[in-house]
Amino acid sequence: MKLKMKWILLTMVITISTVLTGCEPLLVLDPKGPQAKTQADDIMLSIWLMLGIVVVVLAILVFVLLKYRASNQPKDYEPPHIEGNHLVEAICVGIPILIVIFLSIVSVKSNYEVEATPAGYEDQEPLIIYASSSNWKWHFSYPEENIETVNYLYIPEDRPIEFKLYSYGPITSFWIPQLGGQKYAMSDMITTLHLAADQPGEFMGRNANFSGAGFAENTFEVTAMTPAEYQEWVEEVHETAPRLTEEKFEELIEPGHLGRSTYTGTHLEFAPPPEHDHGSSDTEVEEDSHSEDHEKHDSQDTNEHSNH
Amino acid sequence: MDFFDRFAVPHPSFLIYASMVGIGLTMLAIVVGITYFKKWGYLWREWITTVDHKRIGIMYLLSALLMLFRGGVDGIMMRYQLSMPENTFLDSQHYNEVFTTHGVVMILFMAMPFIIFFFNYLVPLQIGARDVAFPRLNALSFWLFFMGMGLFNISFIVGGSPDAGWTSYFPLAGNEFSTSVGTNYYMIAIQIAGIGTLMTGINFITTILKMRAPGMTLMKMPMFTWSAFIANVIIVFAFPVLTVLLAMGTMDRLFGTNFFTTDNGGMDMLWANLFWVWGHPEVYILILPAFGLYSEIIPTFARRNLYGYTSMVASMVIISLLSFFVWAHHFFTMGQGPLANSIFSISTMAIAVPTGVKIFNWLFTLWKGKIEFTTPMLYSVLFIPLFTLGGVTGVMLAMSAADYQYHNTMFLVAHFHNVIIPGVVYAMLAGLTFYWPKIFGFMLNERLGKWTAWTLSIGFVLAFIPMYITGLDGQARRMYTYSESTGFSLLNMVSFVGAAIMAIAFVLLVYNIYYSIRYSPRNIGSDPWDARSLEWATHTPVPEYNFAITPQVASTQAFWDSKKNGHELFKGDIEKIHMPNNSGLPFIMSCIFFVFGFAMIFSIWPLAIITLIGILACMTYRSFEKDHGRYISVEEIKETEKRLRGAKNEGR
Repeated sequence: MKLKMKWILLTMVITISTVLTGCEPLLVLDPKGPQAKTQADDIMLSIWLMLGIVVVVLAILVFVLLKYRASNQPKDYEPPHIEGNHLVEAICVGIPILIVIFLSIVSVKSNYEVEATPAGYEDQEPLIIYASSSNWKWHFSYPEENIETVNYLYIPEDRPIEFKLYSYGPITSFWIPQLGGQKYAMSDMITTLHLAADQPGEFMGRNANFSGAGFAENTFEVTAMTPAEYQEWVEEVHETAPRLTEEKFEELIEPGHLGRSTYTGTHLEFAPPPEHDHGSSDTEVEEDSHSEDHEKHDSQDTNEHSNH
Repeated sequence: MDFFDRFAVPHPSFLIYASMVGIGLTMLAIVVGITYFKKWGYLWREWITTVDHKRIGIMYLLSALLMLFRGGVDGIMMRYQLSMPENTFLDSQHYNEVFTTHGVVMILFMAMPFIIFFFNYLVPLQIGARDVAFPRLNALSFWLFFMGMGLFNISFIVGGSPDAGWTSYFPLAGNEFSTSVGTNYYMIAIQIAGIGTLMTGINFITTILKMRAPGMTLMKMPMFTWSAFIANVIIVFAFPVLTVLLAMGTMDRLFGTNFFTTDNGGMDMLWANLFWVWGHPEVYILILPAFGLYSEIIPTFARRNLYGYTSMVASMVIISLLSFFVWAHHFFTMGQGPLANSIFSISTMAIAVPTGVKIFNWLFTLWKGKIEFTTPMLYSVLFIPLFTLGGVTGVMLAMSAADYQYHNTMFLVAHFHNVIIPGVVYAMLAGLTFYWPKIFGFMLNERLGKWTAWTLSIGFVLAFIPMYITGLDGQARRMYTYSESTGFSLLNMVSFVGAAIMAIAFVLLVYNIYYSIRYSPRNIGSDPWDARSLEWATHTPVPEYNFAITPQVASTQAFWDSKKNGHELFKGDIEKIHMPNNSGLPFIMSCIFFVFGFAMIFSIWPLAIITLIGILACMTYRSFEKDHGRYISVEEIKETEKRLRGAKNEGR
């Protein structure tokens, strides 16, 4: 019976790993951008490595249980007194340390990758989008294009995007699994998330952090499109969408759920994002990128956010 | 009527009304039952006023089992709600309340009292002491915990449950977004219970440092006592953070301060940081004693000494130190930048090393052993692979860049249940089965026990492994519903089936207790498992004074040596024993605390002030009270020993 359970467990681990790697791609393991790719690679690497550890532990366990079970031994067998062995214990410490060192290197390297402009896009000017959450909606402000959308996000493919996240209310977490991991949006500090889509497509986006009664439906749709299509959309919005007034915005951030809507102008003009005065390292990074923006965008009249 | 309006449940439903009636009837039945059987006096003398660590332990155990039931019902309700897309069993508000109370109840009111039950019952016996260092403080610890627990549990029928998650992050938990009194309950009830736990920590550190039997140096303590010692040190360092945190949260909610609000300089990130500065060590407070129990059970049934005693101790010390340096891994995504994330990522992964050492030491304890698959051993053997799985997913979560994808998803939920259930809950059930005969004088049925262990494991695997997959597929935690198109429904249904199977395991456990009370033989002696440490050296049932003669210790497994190697445990003659007197004060003071907490929650200031004065009066009274305890005479001890030895297979 014990043996059978071990096999059931083993089969399960194998089945899970096949499901993870094979047939139906899970969102997180089906990346559509460089950041999500980095993360998916880390995840798969760690899954295989960890699977190895689980198998070793299981193998030792099954072996000792079978070999040293009472029914397999003479009745008068008296187990010996063994204190411990320095060599054995050194191995038990040494191998995990090596694994942890290896994973630490991978982890640190990936940390700096996901916290910077996506690899392969360093030479491009990132598109800055302010994503702010209110109960229970997402507002996307495109200062460069002078556009604001609610609950949907259009982005050009093959261009780095720099999301500036903050919240009108509880802490939320901005997450588009197929483009990359999440980051918190908070009311007293702007956080930055670097993403990029390397192909056109439609992706699920949501708030991942519990934020009250309307949390489950706090989602948005992401569409990545070719730069030409994107430009077309921008022009179309400028022609058709109404202007976002302060009154309208106040109305939009009232608690509740809304469908998609589009405006010209952004709320950044009359409701600037929170000052970031908590001195975290993220703030520094952000201020750097801001000052770069100032230099690069000075000639452009679309640079609304330069006033703070 | 304005005064009474605040006590109404803000978001009632049939289920809540039904539980109100249920709770009312149960209370009535208990009161009537006790009166009918004329047990009030017995209850007061033997239990409510007791300062005996064993009885206090049993009261912790009863609380823990009760809360396991309550938290389990919460869990089943959540799994059922999510088993189908667009399910309407619970609405969003109820679901939020249910997962909040599930978390709080399971961690603070189930797992904590369960391990404190083991601290109370085992530590004095394992070190050969008569009681804990401060018996009356111990009673106060229990009653404060009990009143905190009671206060938290009435929330859903009086005024509404907390609904901001067991982490209660601000600003969601602030007045602006959480308007009912629910979060007040969270702040005050946990505060009261937490003060009790902090005192437990002080009590057991003192007990273990000062009251060990002669010859028992620190490195000759049984492994469970070591784990209890380290866990209590962590309690003393971590719980003050919780006390301060909850006080600040209370002030934000009741007195309009701005520690965590969104304006006037408040900072929500401060709550998250402080919460986890307590919260992460908290999980090690739970898991280390669990490790300690496995370290008692595995050698007993491998019929071998514990492999690598020194490295077991060292690894626990290292884990306890590291546990204070990893808190930020609970919010890698808060924007602290790659450097901070890298540091916390590495420190988190480092914990895998000492934990791995422990796993290997247990495996090597089995090596060359003579393994018997009793129920406690079965739990331990199932614990090793399942906990390893939870541990390695913890390493995966520690990789901060990848954690951006795991964070806030079902993958995380799967991980922490995967360490807490096989780690803590299995240890509790294994320990309960293992020590049941010592506590109650009869064994639990082995056959039913094994059925329970297997059922629980199958249910566990079905309930939680699918969550790893749905998490990677983008299912966020704490969502009360999802649409068909997400494709989560099949795996969530499997989870529900698993949860239902776990419920069956719980029913089997309860049935086993009932069955064993009725049919289990009582003539089992004091050492039915042929065990190794001091707690088995005394009689069953354990006399009030634990050991008639203080045992002499010369090794890590003193009792085993006395059985096999001719070590003489009890030298000398019986002398009169000094014992503490019972006292009603801890109970009375805790009752006043309960009323004080209630008054605070509902902002009834006159009552709060009166009860506060009452609490201070109790403390003042205690300061001037002269109580030097009492002596048990030599004759009385000899009589008790003679009576108990009748049912015992070996003398002292």
